[in-house]
Amino acid sequence: MKFENYMTLDFPSKSCNEAFARSAVACFAAQLDPTIEELGDIRTAVSEAVTNAIVHAYPDELGTVTLRCRILKGQTLDIVVKDKGVGIPNIEEARRPMFTTGGSDRSGMGFTIMESFMTDLQIMSVPGKGTTVHMRRKLQRRK
Amino acid sequence: MQFTSFLQDGHLTVALTGEIDHHCAKRYIQSIAAKIEAYVPAVCVLDFKEVSFVDSSGIAVVINALRSMTQIEGKLVLSGLGEQPMKVFRASGVDKLVQIKEAVS
Repeated sequence: MKFENYMTLDFPSKSCNEAFARSAVACFAAQLDPTIEELGDIRTAVSEAVTNAIVHAYPDELGTVTLRCRILKGQTLDIVVKDKGVGIPNIEEARRPMFTTGGSDRSGMGFTIMESFMTDLQIMSVPGKGTTVHMRRKLQRRK
Repeated sequence: MQFTSFLQDGHLTVALTGEIDHHCAKRYIQSIAAKIEAYVPAVCVLDFKEVSFVDSSGIAVVINALRSMTQIEGKLVLSGLGEQPMKVFRASGVDKLVQIKEAVS
C-alpha cells in the first residue's frame, strides 16, 4: 500500500459545501501535525478547487463533486477534486491569472492560488465529461 | 455573512467577519457597493480583523470595492489582516493595488 490513510467524500455542488469541504480536509490533515500556515494553505487550495467545480462544472444544475484525500509516505497530502461537469475547453487559458468565465464576483485567481499554495498541481479535463484537479502538498516534519 | 459599518469624518469603515468564500462573496460585494454609493466616502476601510479565512472570492470583494472607490475618486484601505488573508492577497498581487495597514504579522 503506497498510502497510509485515505478518505473520500461525495457532495452536491452547493456553495454551502465549500466551507464543509475545506474543513473536512483540514480535519483529515491534522493527523500530520501541520503548522497553522500549512493548514491555511491547504484549506485555501481546497476551497479554490471545490469552488471551481461548483461554479464552473455545473453552471445550470447540481452535480456531484468528489473529494479524495490520501496521506502518502513522506508527510505528503494528496488531494483530488473531481467533477463530471462541462469540462474546461482550454486549460492553459484557465490557468492564466485574472482569466475567468465567471461574473464580477470571480477574480480569476483560483488556479494561481492553488499553484502557489501547493507543492504540485495537475489539471485534467475533457469537455462534456468533467475535470479532475490533483494537488499535492509536502508537509514539514516537526520536531 | 455579517458585517457592521460606520461613517466618521468621511471615512467609511466596513468590518467584515468570518470566512469569505464564493458562498458569501456576492452579498459582500453588493452590500459594500451599496454603502459606498450611499455615503460617497473619501476613504473606505475594509477591516479584516474578525475574518479568519479568505480565498480568491475575497480578492473579488476587494477588487469590486476598489472599483467603486476609484469611480468616486476615493481611496480604499485594508486593515487588520491576519496571516492567511494576507498570504492570499500577496500571492495575487492585491497588496500592490491597495494600501494595507495594521496587518497582523
